[in-house]
Amino acid sequence: MSTAPLLLEIKNLYVHFAVYGGRLNVLDGVNFFMRSGEKVGLVGETGCGKTTTMKAILRVLPMPPAHISQGEICFNGRDILKMSSNDLQQVRGRGISMIFQDPTAALNPVFSIGEQMEAVIQHSAERGKPSSRQEIHRRAVTSLQEVALADPERLLQSYPIQLSGGMRQRVCIGMALSTSPELLIADEPGTSLDVTIQDQVLRLLRTLVEEKNTSVILITHTLGIVRETTERVYVMYAGNMVEVSATKKLFANPLHPYTQGLISTVPRLTGGGIASGISGRIPDYLNPPSGCRFHTRCSYVMDICRTEKPPAYRVDEDHEVACFLYRDKNA
Amino acid sequence: MAEQLNINTSQDFAATITARQIAQLERESRRENLGRSWYKFSRNILSILGIATVLLLILLAIFAPYVTPYPKHAGAFTDFAHAKQPPSGQHLFGTDQIGRDILTRVVFGLRSSLLMGVVVLALVVPPGVLLGLLAGYFQGTWIDTIIMRITDIFLAVPPLILALAVASVLEPNLWNGMMAVSLMWWPWYTRLVYGTASQLRNEYFVTAAQVTGASTWHILFREILPNTISPIFTKMSLDVAWVIIIGSMLSFVGLGVQPPEPSLGTMVADGYRYLPDQWWIMLFPALAIVVVVLGFNLLGDGVRDMFAAEEF
Amino acid sequence: MTDILTATDLKKYFVIGHTGWPKREPITVKAVDGISFTMHEGETLGLVGESGSGKSTVAYTTIGMYHPTSGSLRFRGQELFQADGKRPLHLRKEIQIVFQDPGSSLNPRRNIKEILEMPLRIHQPDKNRLEQIIHLLEIVDMPPEYMYKYPHMLSGGEKQIVAVARALATNPSLVILDEPTSALDVSVQAKTINLLLRLQREFNLSYLFITHDLSLMRNVASRVTIMYLGKICEVAETADFFQNPLHPYTQMLLSSIPVVSEAEEELKPKKVISTGEIPSPVNIPTGCSFNTRCPFVMDVCYKIDPVMVEAGNGHTVRCHLFPQPASASIDRPG
Repeated sequence: MSTAPLLLEIKNLYVHFAVYGGRLNVLDGVNFFMRSGEKVGLVGETGCGKTTTMKAILRVLPMPPAHISQGEICFNGRDILKMSSNDLQQVRGRGISMIFQDPTAALNPVFSIGEQMEAVIQHSAERGKPSSRQEIHRRAVTSLQEVALADPERLLQSYPIQLSGGMRQRVCIGMALSTSPELLIADEPGTSLDVTIQDQVLRLLRTLVEEKNTSVILITHTLGIVRETTERVYVMYAGNMVEVSATKKLFANPLHPYTQGLISTVPRLTGGGIASGISGRIPDYLNPPSGCRFHTRCSYVMDICRTEKPPAYRVDEDHEVACFLYRDKNA
Repeated sequence: MAEQLNINTSQDFAATITARQIAQLERESRRENLGRSWYKFSRNILSILGIATVLLLILLAIFAPYVTPYPKHAGAFTDFAHAKQPPSGQHLFGTDQIGRDILTRVVFGLRSSLLMGVVVLALVVPPGVLLGLLAGYFQGTWIDTIIMRITDIFLAVPPLILALAVASVLEPNLWNGMMAVSLMWWPWYTRLVYGTASQLRNEYFVTAAQVTGASTWHILFREILPNTISPIFTKMSLDVAWVIIIGSMLSFVGLGVQPPEPSLGTMVADGYRYLPDQWWIMLFPALAIVVVVLGFNLLGDGVRDMFAAEEF
Repeated sequence: MTDILTATDLKKYFVIGHTGWPKREPITVKAVDGISFTMHEGETLGLVGESGSGKSTVAYTTIGMYHPTSGSLRFRGQELFQADGKRPLHLRKEIQIVFQDPGSSLNPRRNIKEILEMPLRIHQPDKNRLEQIIHLLEIVDMPPEYMYKYPHMLSGGEKQIVAVARALATNPSLVILDEPTSALDVSVQAKTINLLLRLQREFNLSYLFITHDLSLMRNVASRVTIMYLGKICEVAETADFFQNPLHPYTQMLLSSIPVVSEAEEELKPKKVISTGEIPSPVNIPTGCSFNTRCPFVMDVCYKIDPVMVEAGNGHTVRCHLFPQPASASIDRPG
C-alpha cells in the first residue's frame, strides 16, 4: 500500500437536516481517506448521502437546514470545517476543484466561456501575485487545448448555448483543471451525456489526471464507470461507508450484502435477464433503522444487526467491510 | 382486448381496504399537508407577525361598533366643544376638527379599506386568471394575440389616471371607486398567469393528459391552474395592501367614500391641513394605513414561503 | 403473429426558424427522415439512439403528440393519422406512454389518486373510480396508502411506477416506454423492469422500449433497432445483434458501454472506439449521415445515402459495407 501522505481524511462525520417532522439524520459517521495521486470512486444510489458528503467537503451545504454535528474533514492535515473563510477560499478552486453532473447548469448562460474560465483562473491566482490579462488568457487557451477542444480562441468567445453537451462538459473539466488543483471531485461527470460522448469524455479525464497526477474522487451510481476509472472504491449506503476495496477486488469479490445486491442488479451485456433487485427501499432518514441501517433489506440479517451498528472490519490489506458477517475475519 | 385488464371488478376489495380506512387516510393526509404548510409558513417570525396583524385588523373591522369607544362618531356627529383635542385618556387618538373621536373613526375606516381590498380582488382575480390561462395555453394563436394585446393596452395607461378618470365620470362612492380600481388591476393577473401557463403547457404531465384525450377544460383547470396558485396567492396577499393604498389615494382626492363615512384616505387628506399643531388628526389614520400595508406584506412573504418547493 | 404497429417511410420534420432576408428559407430539422419498421403483437421492440437520433420523435408521433410530415403509421392495420387531425378516443386508450423523467411527468400539485383518476375519468366515466384506483395500485404493488401522497413525497422509482399505473389505467395494448429507467438507480431499475415484464406477461402488452442503455436492452428486448440522426441503421433479433453487430455505429455504441465484468469486456468490439461529435440535426451530412465519424468510411459514403438491406435471419442493416441494390446508385443526397 502506498505511503504517500494523506490528502483528504474524513473522520466520523455526522450531518443532519432540520425539516418538518424532525431531523433527517443523513450522514451517520462517515469515514473516508485518500492519498495524494489516488483515483478513488464513491459509489452509491440516490439518497445515500454522497452528494451531501461532497458538499460538506467544500462547505457548500446550506447551513440551516443542514447541521454538522460532529466530525472532521482534514485536507492536507488541516480541518476544513474549522478553517476561516479566507483559508477556505484558498482551498476552493486551488486545492479542491469540482465538476458537476449537468454541465449546462454548471455554466452561466449569460457569460461567454472565456469570461467564465478567466474568472476562475483569476480567482485562483496566488494571493499577492495577480496575473496579467494576457497570462490569464493564455492559460485559458491552454486549458481548452488540453481537453481536446478545437479552435480554443473562437470557443472562448462563444456562449454555453452554442456548444454541445459533450463540449460543455469538456469546458467544465478544463475549468476545473486550469487551476491545477490537488484534488478533483467529479460528481457523475458523464451521466447527462450520450453514451458515445460519455466514453470520450471519461477517457479524456483519465488521460488528463494521469498527466497532471491529480487526485480524483469520482462519484457515481454507474458501476461500470467506477470499474474503468478508479483504483479504489467506497460503497455508500444510507449515510455510511459500507465497504471499501481496491476496485478490481470489489467487482471480483464483493463482500457486503448491499454491494453484492448492487452489482447483481446491473444488466449484463452477455445476457442473463434482470436480477430481482434489493428488497425494500432506502430508509427514511427521519426514523432510520436501528443498528445497521441496511438490516431491514438484508437477506443475511442477524439479531446483532438490529441493535448495533457494525464497525469497519479489515478483511484484507485494502478491503474493509462494515458488516457483522465478517466479525471474525478481522485480519 | 376487453378482457385484458379487468379493473372493473370489485371482487376482493373488501379484503384489502375498507371505505372507512380510505376516509381516514384522506383525513390524515389533509392534516399532514396543513401541518407541512404551516411549518413552512412559520419558519420566519415576521410571517407570524403578519398573519396576526391581519387577523386582528379583520376582527376590528368586523366588530367595529362593539369595540370602539364612541361608535356614533363614525356617522354624522358634531361636537365642536371637544374639537381638536390632543390624545388623552378619554380620546386615545384625540379628536378631529369636528369633535369626533379619531380612534373610532380609524377603526371604522379600516372597514372600507379592507372591504375594498377584498372586493376588488374578488372581482379581478377570476377573469384575470382565466384570461391568462387561455392566452398561455394557446400561446401563438389568435386567442393569445387578442387577449394579450388587450392586456397590453390596459397596462399601458397609467393606472392611477385610469382609476381617476373612471371614478370621476361615475358618481363618487365606494362601490364605483372599487369598479375603477378593478378595471386597471385585472391585467396584472393575466400577465402573471400567462407567463407561468405558457411554460407549463410544455411539461410532460400536460402532454400525458393531452394524449390520453383530456378536455381543454380539464387541462386548464386541473393540470395547469394548480401550478399557478403559488404566484397568484402570493400576489393577492401583497395586492390587498396596494389596493388599500390606491383606494386611500382615491378618497384623498375626493373620489370613493364620501363624508361623513370615515375613510383612512379622507382622514389623511383632511388632517393634513391641521399640521403641525393638531398633528394627531393626520398621523393616526396614516399610521393605520402603514400597519395594514405592512401586515399584508409580511403575510404575503409567509404565503410565498408556504408554497415554496420542499427539498426533502 | 399480427403486427401491432407498422411504420412506412415515416417522416417528421420541424421548421425551427428561417434564414435572414431576402431569401427567408425555412430551417428544417429532419428529426425522423423516412423510417419503416414493424412491431409484432406481444413483443418488446427496442429502439436505441443518442441525441438527435429521432427516437423520442418516433415515440411522440406514435402517441399522437406530433403529426407526421409524411408516411404512414398503422395500429393493427388502422391508419393512426386521419385527415381531420383528431385521434379518436378508442385509439388513444390503446396506445399509452411512460415518459423518461418521473419528476415532470406527474403533476406536482396533484396527489396520486387525482393523477390516476384522470385517464379513468376520460375512458371509464361510469365506473367506481376509487375501486379502480386501488386495484391499479395493487397491480403495480403499491400500497393504497400512497393514494393521498404527492409526487415529491415519492422516490424516483415510485414515481415511475405511478406513471406506469397511469398508462395501464386505460387498458392499452401498446405501451411506449421512453427511457423509463434512465433517471433511476440501478437497483430500482431492476425492480421497475421486472414489474414491467410481469405486467407484459399478465396483460399481453406490446412494448416499444426506447433507451440508450444497450446492457438493459440485451435483457429486455426481443428485437433491437438502432437509429442515428433520423434514420434506422440496423435491426436484428437481440441475440444476433449482440453477437454480430454489423453497422459501424452499432459497434461504436457497444464499445462505449461501461461494463462490470471481464466477460462483457470480451464482447465489446475492440476495433471501433468512439470519436467525433454527433452532428446537429439541423445540419445533417450529405450521403450517409455517419460519414463524419465512421472508421470505415469510403468515397461513396459521402455521396450516396445507403438503403436497408437484408443480412440474413431478419437482420437488416443500412451501410455501404454491405452490398446495396443497383437502384441505390442513383444520386440521393442525405
